[in-house]
Amino acid sequence: MAPFDALVDRPAAATGACAHCAAPAPAGARFCCAGCEGAYETVRGLGLEAFYARRVGPGFRPDPVALAHDFAGRTRVDADGACTLHLMIDGLTCAACVWLVESLYARETDVIDARANLTTGRLTLRWTGAPARADALVALAARVGFRLVPFDPTCLAQTGDAEERDLLRATGVAGFAAGNVMMLSVAIWVGVDMGAATKDLLHWVSALIGLPCIFYAGLPFYRSAWRALSARRLDMDVPIAVGITMTAAMSLSETIRGGPYAYFDAALTLLFFLLAGRYLDRRARGRARASAAHLLALRAAPVTVIDADGRPRAVPADAVAPGDIVAVATGERIGIDGTVLAGAGEVDASLVTGESVPQRVAAGDRVYAGMLNLGAPLRVSARATGEGTLLAEIARLVEAAESGRARFVALAERVTRLYTPVVHVTALGAFLGWYFLAGAPWQIALLHCVATLIVTCPCALGLAVPAVQTIASGRLLRGGILLKNATALERLAQIDTIVFDKTGTLTRGAPALIADPARDAEDLRFAAGLAATSKHPLARALARAVPDVAVALDAVEHPGLGLSCGPARLGSRAFVGVGNAGPADGPELWLDRGDGRKLRFGFRDETRADAEDTLQRLLDEGYAIELLSGDRTETVAALAAELGIVEWRAETDPAAKAARLAELARMGRKVLMVGDGLNDAPALAAAHASLSPADGADVAQVSADAVFQGAGLAAVGELLDTARRARALIRQNIAFSIAYNALAVPAAVLGQVTPPLAAFLMSSSSIAVVVNSMRLGRRRWIRS
Amino acid sequence: MDTLVILIPVALAASALALAAFLWSLRAGQYEDLEGAAGRILYDDEKPKR
Repeated sequence: MAPFDALVDRPAAATGACAHCAAPAPAGARFCCAGCEGAYETVRGLGLEAFYARRVGPGFRPDPVALAHDFAGRTRVDADGACTLHLMIDGLTCAACVWLVESLYARETDVIDARANLTTGRLTLRWTGAPARADALVALAARVGFRLVPFDPTCLAQTGDAEERDLLRATGVAGFAAGNVMMLSVAIWVGVDMGAATKDLLHWVSALIGLPCIFYAGLPFYRSAWRALSARRLDMDVPIAVGITMTAAMSLSETIRGGPYAYFDAALTLLFFLLAGRYLDRRARGRARASAAHLLALRAAPVTVIDADGRPRAVPADAVAPGDIVAVATGERIGIDGTVLAGAGEVDASLVTGESVPQRVAAGDRVYAGMLNLGAPLRVSARATGEGTLLAEIARLVEAAESGRARFVALAERVTRLYTPVVHVTALGAFLGWYFLAGAPWQIALLHCVATLIVTCPCALGLAVPAVQTIASGRLLRGGILLKNATALERLAQIDTIVFDKTGTLTRGAPALIADPARDAEDLRFAAGLAATSKHPLARALARAVPDVAVALDAVEHPGLGLSCGPARLGSRAFVGVGNAGPADGPELWLDRGDGRKLRFGFRDETRADAEDTLQRLLDEGYAIELLSGDRTETVAALAAELGIVEWRAETDPAAKAARLAELARMGRKVLMVGDGLNDAPALAAAHASLSPADGADVAQVSADAVFQGAGLAAVGELLDTARRARALIRQNIAFSIAYNALAVPAAVLGQVTPPLAAFLMSSSSIAVVVNSMRLGRRRWIRS
Repeated sequence: MDTLVILIPVALAASALALAAFLWSLRAGQYEDLEGAAGRILYDDEKPKR
């Protein structure tokens, strides 16, 4: 994530903060880089510098390797001639950012409307004129540091949005009716000297408001109960639908025959609480799903296809046809699976195989989506993604592994399976008991039977899980962890073993310069100044090591070879003219300043800064830890020794990783798999629960239950902590609901529950459950 | 009894109005960006032309 990199990549040694992105800036300078200076001038030039005083989030830096997308092609032209473009926007962190983006566009005379949504991270642009304006308009925000990606709103979770809105509308209607009917009911309960005619009138008015609202607000439950019954299952919605229908019918008959009690208020309050719980549940899930889609869309880099006439064209990766010729520039990630046609060099395959030393590729070799081109530009012929390709193999393994997880039954569902028959048998028992044993008339027996159904209706139980889940997922979201699966929290709470992948998980997955005390500081500064002009991953790593360096503006880049500046050369062995200096034990750059001295800069994949602390804490808390890597044995052994991991396996392929996970599961262990690569995807799917960093491979993020952002591993501990706390609260809530039923049911069966008592019991139990759940949100982060 | 004939319709009309307002705001998309809306009101000084 670009905005976070700005904060972590630079050493804290530099003094002062950049006026634009707030990252540390070199001593005496106002800006960290030329891009930020330009962005600041743009913002100031428009008179919007108030933004800097208003923002609260982290800064964002214009990315020199911003991705080109076909914005004009994604623009929709409406019937009235206005153009509309939907964008995902990265870097939108606070209300001041929203203000800045909207103000930027408000100054353009042809823009009709620019609306940024902070919650979903989307921007909708509408303007008059040609769709070709899209690129210029997008560049406006990109210059300031926001990253924009087009997306199609129709294919993204639209159904979920509509369902959420329906639930909110039903909740509103139930709340309206419950309030009004309760007002009338309280009058009846309090008005002991009320005349029969007045009471009947109030009952009739209640029925008039209540019945249509019960029908409308109850629809989600009727539909769901019907679906369950037609599939010959019982779920929570069956007793709810039965209870509400019987309550409404009984209250209507009592109203018609002028009886003393009607339960319209109880039925409506019940619906209101249940709908609120359901809405919270749906919203938490929808948010997690939208965030995951957002992440994937932002990462979807376009692929450069070379047309038959030799012209480059940016297309989305999924629109590349087999046989298309794709150009991959130096430092670019390969977007498709294919075969190299022309060009030779090195690729970093760590995201695909876990191997940290670059691989050599030449014409005829296969390359896979996710590899990073370290060498000269490549021409790749796209292959059909049919059987036999790596991705197809991974997809098959993921599918096989996932079937095991589908058997997991959530706690709430297990409670329901017991609960439903018990409630219905009790209510039936109440009817039979009053009719046969006590000899009551059938209307009275039915009244007690329905009263039992009302008080047992799982109002608190319906809130017990969603209230906790909403608060837990909101809390995790603020910490940069996205939950993608509804049952993930529950599974995470059972974890006793954690299996880590190496490359990109315990390590950063990006090269960093190895410090060498023998190296001359002046040579390093010179090399960094040269490297700062290049986009090559190793050059960028070198430039990062010396942030406050003067950029060598007259450097010339020789793609795939290196950089030159006068007589000085920085680049590969061959380019610098190094003879035989022994085998390379990792990525390297060589420098010759023109004086014949050949200096080596070695790079390696750095361990994440907090990996050791995090692992130690997890060990202290009693988790078993394992390392499972596709990398070479020596590399893995060294890292395991450094971090104190006893149990490790190296050179494991995707199938072997999944097999190890299955073996652990057979031993009865509940495993959390943490991994980022394509090769981890089957293991992620096979694990009891799984976690992937936000910069991992797409397939890994799709298979994982949760995705975490940021440079640290502390998210693992935080996630497990929150899951355990959430489980404890859910259990308390369920225990409370059951205890409440144990008191209320005998009273109802004995005919002691009057409408006011029922209303009091239901409301108080629901509120108690919600308040208890809120304790989770109040606790501070213990590992910030 | 006479007061009820007036008061009940008045109370119902008032809350029906509130319900209508809620349904309208829901349709107008006012619940789609609660966080953004909370901050947006702070910056009304630079309200762009249009």
